Amino acid sequence: MTTLQLAWQSLRSRKFTSGLTIFSIGLSVMLLVGVDRIRQGAQVGFEGTLSQTDLVVGARGGSLPLLLYAVFHIGTANNEISWDTYQHFAHHPAVLWTIPLAMGDSHRGFRVVATDDNFYQHYRYRGDHSLQMAQGSRAEGIFDAVLGSAVASQLHYHLGQKIVLSHGLEASFIRHTADPYTVVGILARTATPVDRAIYITLRGDEAMHYGWQNGAPPLQPVPESQISPADLQIKTISAFLLRTRSRIGTLFLQREINTYKPEPLTAIIPAFTLEDLWKVLSAADVALSLVSGAVLVVGLLVMLTALYTSLNERRREIAVLRTIGLNARQIFTLFILESALISAVGAAFGLAAAYFVLLVARIPVENNYGIPLAMVGLSARTAVYLGCVVAAGALLGFIPAMRAYRNALVDGLNAG
Amino acid sequence: MTSTPEAIHLRNVVFGYNPRVPILCVDDFVVPSGKRIFLYGPSGSGKTTLLGLITGILEPQRGSCAVLGVEMTTLSASVRDRHRGAEMGYIFQSFNLIPYLTVRQNVALPCHVHKRRRKHIVAPTVDEEVERLVRRLGLETHLDHGVKQLSTGQQQRVAIARAVIGRPSLVIADEPTSALDTDRRHAFMELLFEVCDEAGATLVFVSHDRSLMEHFDEQVALSDVTRVCA
Repeated sequence: MTTLQLAWQSLRSRKFTSGLTIFSIGLSVMLLVGVDRIRQGAQVGFEGTLSQTDLVVGARGGSLPLLLYAVFHIGTANNEISWDTYQHFAHHPAVLWTIPLAMGDSHRGFRVVATDDNFYQHYRYRGDHSLQMAQGSRAEGIFDAVLGSAVASQLHYHLGQKIVLSHGLEASFIRHTADPYTVVGILARTATPVDRAIYITLRGDEAMHYGWQNGAPPLQPVPESQISPADLQIKTISAFLLRTRSRIGTLFLQREINTYKPEPLTAIIPAFTLEDLWKVLSAADVALSLVSGAVLVVGLLVMLTALYTSLNERRREIAVLRTIGLNARQIFTLFILESALISAVGAAFGLAAAYFVLLVARIPVENNYGIPLAMVGLSARTAVYLGCVVAAGALLGFIPAMRAYRNALVDGLNAG
Repeated sequence: MTSTPEAIHLRNVVFGYNPRVPILCVDDFVVPSGKRIFLYGPSGSGKTTLLGLITGILEPQRGSCAVLGVEMTTLSASVRDRHRGAEMGYIFQSFNLIPYLTVRQNVALPCHVHKRRRKHIVAPTVDEEVERLVRRLGLETHLDHGVKQLSTGQQQRVAIARAVIGRPSLVIADEPTSALDTDRRHAFMELLFEVCDEAGATLVFVSHDRSLMEHFDEQVALSDVTRVCA
């Protein structure tokens, strides 16, 4: 029987206290690792939502709000971009493609995004993933709608369903009852905010507001049959995504857009703006990590207390081990192994719990807060955390070990 | 090592827990190999200290402690620990067992720690040797039980098995019967003698109960061995 087995058996014999100690260390590791994993999961999730887009362009305003409403469907656009301006940049020689986005309507809490074919063709997420239709086809007619996968699954909608869109984002009392839209397609799941929106055509968006004046609907609703595509003139959009032909072109174009005279615009590089977001959030991250760190210290102290108070009961046991020839160093090792085992098991338990929570919380967080959480592997930071927990545990084992060692010397064979 | 004529020979030993205050002196104490020695004396007569010196847990300030042909005073603490574990079996008054191990694991412990004990078993494997000894002591139904479920008498018998497994040259019993009632005491003594004989071990038995002394080859009063240093 090795000292390790002996340590293990000894811990098992004190199942209750060992279990409690492991649990408290596990809980604090879960917090510490969880905060870190959620931070990184959100980071990867956000970064994975949009790829291959060099610039996001909106009306003049803050860069973070622009990114949040245009890509993540968080917050609202304050101003719009004129269609002429959009056309100007869509046909700019440095531009490879653009995706126009017009927002402002909703359906049962999900945003309605008016866009065109470029969206289905050019939108990319997580590197080179493109949008796939799970069912049906792209929205082409004025009253066609395509659902994100989360919309379809949560509202139990199917192809051919008629839906009514509301004006504004909150459950609005103005409903576009006159113009029911038909679901013609459902997108495959992307695990990004794309899943949480309804996509219609730009003309469809205009049709919804046909006859409106100064943001108010016409007194007599215009019947669907009376709207013809020729009557619909697209006047504004909320934002557009853009890819340049060359990376170097991006910076020049960004400058050109930001200084565009006919209309005040803001162009941002999504990755840079996300960096700003992480800077804002890093203070919260530090605060949470500090709290979890403090909880971890408490967990380790619980272990120290448990081991230390068990020492008196264990004097006999140690005397017996001495008579069968275990030397003082082996007794010392026994105690350090015990505390190292507790913290290692606690750390493993905490790690598993953190991933379990992440796995379970992912979908609800994505659905309720629109925050895309990616499953992420172990980071160097997590590995350092876990290493520190086990090392600190083993180190704390020195304290009861010293005491046991001293007892063993004083007691000789006469303990108890 | 059993071939040395003297299992234990202490000469001119001076010991004090505080090196400058000697509390125990042993001029000359010999235990011949293969004998059963009964050491008696009241508590406080230096019994524990003497056993500490013999087993190498304690180190005298002066003098020589030859145990089983090895001069303990020249060895490092960890070599003494190994010598003790490999060559000696020890039985306490009570609580001899590791509470979280089974009977089987407790008895086998010395064989797991020391190669010498493993080499001297009678049965082909350690496990079979444990079973043989435990059956010999009438505890075979408890082999895989936790030791906390055993009565004091049963625990002391397990302690005998652990002390003699792998045939150590010297068995030291420190008041092993004082937790037992009189009937069980004699049965215990008989078992102890039998298994010590089988193992060919020298037995040093310490007790204040002189009713047991007739069983022994030699009886020694602790007061004749040790004297309190001036």
